[in-house]
Amino acid sequence: MPLLEIRNLSVTFPTAHGAFRAVDGVDLTVEEGDLVGIVGESGSGKSVTMLAIMGLVGYPGQVTADRLAFDGQDLTKLGRRQRRKLAGKAMAMIFQEPLTSLNPCFTVGFQIMEALRVHEGLSRHEARKRAVQLLGSVGIPAPESRLSAFPHQLSGGMNQRVMIAMATACRPRLLLADEPTTALDVTIQAQILDLLVDLQRSNRMAMMLVTHDMGVVAETAQRVVVMYAGQIVEAHSAGRLFAHPRHPYTQALLDALPERSLGRARLPTLPGVVPGAHDRPDGCLFNPRCRYRQPVCLSDPPALADDRVGRETGKIRCHFPLHPADLEASA
Amino acid sequence: MTRIAEARNLKRHYVIPGGMGGKPALLRALDGVDFDLDVGRTLAVVGESGSGKSTMGRLVTLIERPTEGTLSIAGTDTAKALDHRARRTVRQTVQMVFQDPYGSLNPRKTIGAILEEPLVINTKEPRAARREQAIAMLAKVGLRPEHYSRYPHMFSGGQRQRIAIARALMLKPKLLVADEPVSALDLSVQAQVLNLMMDLQEEFDLAYLFISHDLSVVRHIANSVLVLYLGRPVEQGPKEAIFAQPTHPYTRALLASTPTVNPELRMERVKLSGEIPSPLDPPTGCAFHTRCAFATERCRAERPLLRPVGGRQVACHHAETVAES
Repeated sequence: MPLLEIRNLSVTFPTAHGAFRAVDGVDLTVEEGDLVGIVGESGSGKSVTMLAIMGLVGYPGQVTADRLAFDGQDLTKLGRRQRRKLAGKAMAMIFQEPLTSLNPCFTVGFQIMEALRVHEGLSRHEARKRAVQLLGSVGIPAPESRLSAFPHQLSGGMNQRVMIAMATACRPRLLLADEPTTALDVTIQAQILDLLVDLQRSNRMAMMLVTHDMGVVAETAQRVVVMYAGQIVEAHSAGRLFAHPRHPYTQALLDALPERSLGRARLPTLPGVVPGAHDRPDGCLFNPRCRYRQPVCLSDPPALADDRVGRETGKIRCHFPLHPADLEASA
Repeated sequence: MTRIAEARNLKRHYVIPGGMGGKPALLRALDGVDFDLDVGRTLAVVGESGSGKSTMGRLVTLIERPTEGTLSIAGTDTAKALDHRARRTVRQTVQMVFQDPYGSLNPRKTIGAILEEPLVINTKEPRAARREQAIAMLAKVGLRPEHYSRYPHMFSGGQRQRIAIARALMLKPKLLVADEPVSALDLSVQAQVLNLMMDLQEEFDLAYLFISHDLSVVRHIANSVLVLYLGRPVEQGPKEAIFAQPTHPYTRALLASTPTVNPELRMERVKLSGEIPSPLDPPTGCAFHTRCAFATERCRAERPLLRPVGGRQVACHHAETVAES
């Protein structure tokens, strides 16, 4: 049984001009110990998907799914109270900006201990002991004395470590990390990524890493899911996807990386932007920006299909997936 | 080649008031930087937050004055250009593009008004001529004439950054200081803006002082690189030399920490433990020794000076060992 099973997950927000689908029919399966990277530009629905899994999409957002199951338990049928018991315990989340997601009015020690006391029912003394242990395990020097520090007294990297300590306090089985390193310097980013991967491996925890940084995903994730305008457009193993992207969008994103154009004067660009609420095209959502567009792409939306490449099976949503041969020709 | 900016031993210190009974502290945000920048070239300034990159940008744009050292722009020593008029001419040759295109455009002004404002302040052009120039500049940065009367909120991040670049170019500057101009943008948009910056550089013979923490972007756009650590340059030289063989342990760590999708470019992670120390209380000797794998007794005691090693300047006692390892 997979740890997390999502079938046809959609999140809609009502707007003045009708409903806007931020997440549109996402299917995803995460097994125990998986490290899945989710990439896409802003507006592609990555973060909203994470919030929907955690049950954090607030009014007036509407979450619908054919199946949204965590460890066999149907999340759509759970009440709010039961849902809250899961959040922060069996599944936990790390947010992008540590300084705005920590409460500035309480010490970091209090905030870590809160999770332990609510979910694990530890006494004040036990919680304190465990909090010191946790801060030590995320690489904070002198953890004992840091317990009484307020978030503003710590650097961005230290605050993110505190967030990680808090999220892993109850040994979650699934950790959702939403752009955990975007606000940090590269050297600190490398430290935090190493820490997350270490924790994920040693606890056999499943992790979903949301980011817009292709490099970060390439260096950490085993499987990569590419999202575009609320939909999954491609899912493959990291090695496969970065070597031979099958979807034109994935290819265009990778081509736009400066490191792929070493020595070339100009970067290949992807014109246009991710469609919003009012400019959703008919047919394939990517068709206005796609350089391989055919007449059928303008009328028929492609379905997310199984994609067998070699011995691996991934997913692809495209009428005309790119073949490795095409890639060599265009390179 | 014509020199557009030249800095010698540029320093900027801030006095931090001590508060109740405390002693005031001295923060050396920038502590002795030399650089030359020629017309049509790009100098990238790289470093972590707190390394003094943005302070350098503020000095070059004359927003702040250096505490010590000389800075000349287009042949004028900025310290000697004391009166209002002289500073104004210097300022017109240097313009700035900021990081966050959502915060750097006035939401109450139309794009036309934003673009024309520099002309209103600095020139005596009549209204019609200003309008004409603004519309011409919109075309240059890839926007349409009808955008003239729109407001910033109607544009995406990438378009806003184009507007910010257009505004900076209205006075025909020779030097553009770009402080993290693409780090707030999505990947596909980042590529568009970088291409635009390179096109404009060719067209107007612009020099860029490109402040960035993203080494893959720097590698793409820069001609020369200046790596700062705690306000001091640690490695400085032509891009090719630095990226082919980073010789300061800090440059190496930065390069190795930059995530890449290309397994061949991936370097063995040089683990940098700890964080950048407080600039209020910098370590003795080499400021980097607290995080450096090569550090010895000498590094703790004696501050290394910049010296030429393998076609670039490096401030490290063990540069030769680092280069070989």
